[in-house]
Amino acid sequence: MKLLYFAWVKQKTGTAEEDVTLPPEVTDVTGLIDWLRRRDEGYEAAFEDLKVIRCAVDQEHADLNASIAGAQEVAFFPPVTGG
Amino acid sequence: MIRVQTEDFDIGAEVAALSKDRHDIGAVVTFSGTVRDKTGDLLALELEHYPGMTEKELVRIEREAQERWPLEASLIVHRVGRLAPGENIVLVVTASAHRQAAFEAAEFLMDYLKTRAPFWKREETASGGDWVDARDSDDTAAARWTKK
Repeated sequence: MKLLYFAWVKQKTGTAEEDVTLPPEVTDVTGLIDWLRRRDEGYEAAFEDLKVIRCAVDQEHADLNASIAGAQEVAFFPPVTGG
Repeated sequence: MIRVQTEDFDIGAEVAALSKDRHDIGAVVTFSGTVRDKTGDLLALELEHYPGMTEKELVRIEREAQERWPLEASLIVHRVGRLAPGENIVLVVTASAHRQAAFEAAEFLMDYLKTRAPFWKREETASGGDWVDARDSDDTAAARWTKK
């Protein structure tokens, strides 16, 4: 699965984009976040406050409890500030 | 129509292109947003986005406006990359037979764009760079369209 990070989430994880193979027990966004947080302190810092984390599954806005089963691409980012 | 681009846009030229040879349009509303220096020391505004999703989301937002209002034409242009104070950021144009639909649809497009389109602003000053925080007032503005 492809993971993407934007804005300060990208700065904190130190990664813009990566391919990961997830263990079978990771089936939703929350589970994915928990799995990422255990990787290192950068991910831990990025996902410290989930109130300011938004996500998209296959390029559509999704809730943090959304399923990622069969998803090709999951992105994490702060609330958007365009316009 | 939607466009995401690094280069500037010309509001007059965009409106002219949109309404060329069209005799069914009676009202054109344009909104443009520009880089504002709030503190007097802004060097640049960096606009990051999510290529792929940005275009899809803008298309979704535009389609929703076209379903809600009788628009004859619409356009969203959003710039990305490094922008100087005073430069254009975003352009929304709505055209309809009458002004009310054009005004309302333009507001709707901007409210939804600000809360749904995956763009992020970073302000660069002499002391470094800071990501701009999302504003609750933008969420409130967008929420009024779901009450209908």
